[in-house]
Amino acid sequence: MKLAPAPVHRYPMRADLQIIADRVNPGARVLDLGCGEGDLLAHLQNDKQVNGYGLDVDPSNIATCFAKGVNVLEQDLDKGIANFQSDSFDMVVMTETLQSVQSPHLLVHEMLRIAEECVVTFPNFGHWRCRLHLLFKGKMPVAEHLPHSWYDTPNIHLCTFADFEGLCLQEGFRIIERFVVDARYQNGLLINRFPNVFGTLAFYRLGREKRR
Amino acid sequence: MPSALPADSVGVVKPAAFVHPDDFTLQCDRVLHGFELVYETYGTLNSDRNNAVLICHALSGDHHAAGFHSVDDAKPGWWDVCIGPGKAIDTNRFYVVSCNNLGGCSGSTGPRTINKDTGQQFGPLFPTVTVNDWVESQALLANHLKIEKFAAIVGGSLGGMQAMQWAISHPERVHAAVLIACAAKLSAQNIAFNEVARHAITSDPDFRNGYYAHENTNPDRGLGLARMVGHITYLSPDGMGRKFGREIKSGDIASATNVEFQVESYLHYQGRAFSRHFDANTYLLMTRALDYFDPARDFDDSLDRALAQAQCKFLVLSFPSDWRFSTHRSTEIVDALVRARKNVASAIIQSDHGHDSFLLPIDRYTEAFGIWMNQVADEVGACTSAQIPDAR
Repeated sequence: MKLAPAPVHRYPMRADLQIIADRVNPGARVLDLGCGEGDLLAHLQNDKQVNGYGLDVDPSNIATCFAKGVNVLEQDLDKGIANFQSDSFDMVVMTETLQSVQSPHLLVHEMLRIAEECVVTFPNFGHWRCRLHLLFKGKMPVAEHLPHSWYDTPNIHLCTFADFEGLCLQEGFRIIERFVVDARYQNGLLINRFPNVFGTLAFYRLGREKRR
Repeated sequence: MPSALPADSVGVVKPAAFVHPDDFTLQCDRVLHGFELVYETYGTLNSDRNNAVLICHALSGDHHAAGFHSVDDAKPGWWDVCIGPGKAIDTNRFYVVSCNNLGGCSGSTGPRTINKDTGQQFGPLFPTVTVNDWVESQALLANHLKIEKFAAIVGGSLGGMQAMQWAISHPERVHAAVLIACAAKLSAQNIAFNEVARHAITSDPDFRNGYYAHENTNPDRGLGLARMVGHITYLSPDGMGRKFGREIKSGDIASATNVEFQVESYLHYQGRAFSRHFDANTYLLMTRALDYFDPARDFDDSLDRALAQAQCKFLVLSFPSDWRFSTHRSTEIVDALVRARKNVASAIIQSDHGHDSFLLPIDRYTEAFGIWMNQVADEVGACTSAQIPDAR
């Protein structure tokens, strides 16, 4: 397989993207849903010879990807990703997008149809700050990792880690790995002990249900 | 008349002619005993000869893509919006080549050319040409210009089809292909529109079975009608509504005349203008090339396998208001490219101008296109504007 052209410049990468990049095998085929400015794909193309595609709908994100030589395709996740063939990728990635799509559970099913494994990251609505905010202020939480007001938020399907794991159980998504971090993308003893209280962002590596 | 040419124009340009003296066998197995392509170039070919961009024109286009033929010209070339210093196809970085296709009527060998065997115009006897034939003849022009590999081959509509065919037929000669408002093959509806246009021409009594030039006449009405039908399909319903409305000129139906709505006079004007300069036989031939185009045919009807031949990266741009070459058709190309594991990027540009959008100055379109082309220029190592010795 011919490789994507290496971007001319190198880009420093967000810490959360580095966590995902560490989990991608060299030479893999990666589909990035909601790829934003294409940092993850640019990095993977450059350092891991990954043949990747990103989907996004934001014109400015798409232009930024163009400038980086990233394979970005303008496609709305809410209209489905049925155009991608089953088992045509090694990994499907979706960073901090799960909470803003119309049907998160259907999308994860689709991700696991297209690749055997996927990585999903999303913010934790069960973080203690959110809990206290609602308990004492009686208002929808606005936090560092959830900066929007209730009326203008793109996050229409916020959940806690416990919620998400309930969904995985119900839908048969196998959790291969969970990695929970705080707002600075660090983890620690407290977070590992009580992730749903102290964790800000979770990475879930999911696989298909084992056939019984 | 522009008193001074715009600063972002390539300026006054002069067409050149490439003469291929040898026999050229067409896909239909007929042989042209030599041919001539008229072409224009903008910008400078660098010493590595790797910054060339080939522009492929659509149905009624020609070699005059940018700049002016004289300072008195009212209008620049057909794609001046995208070609020039600092524009999407930046002539400070790229060397742009644009030719009139074989079978055309703007100077290249076509139905208006004198057939050496008979001493008369080819007229309807000009052989059927295909997108493949255009690509092969353009490749000969590239050889003549000593361009081994194009940095990019770019086209909208039928022009995009040529860029796609280039990527399949000559993968080693294309670094990047840009397919704008394009399709991998025409739909039955699209062929139907072309057939209505052709029928308008062939049923004009002045068509004379294509021998109108020999009989000193011209199927103006048929050609005009064909263009009118075409124009309806190039615009979107919303765009048309906004542009023309439905105001009645004379104010009421009682005093109405034949041409009452603005859209009517627009179509009549377009039809008349077109029939004055375009050749009817060329129109028939170009629309047939459009209808026949289907690169998957040579690969068991698999577009994936056809595009698997390509080595270049692709940019696919489409416009949702374009119903003649809809966004869906571009998505088919993108999906096939992904399946064929090719590098591809795409954007879907909002505009209410329908198929015509690809010719118009739409901000997001020209910006995104320019950013992508700039990355192409970086990849091939084309000089930056700052490195140009006599940059203004």
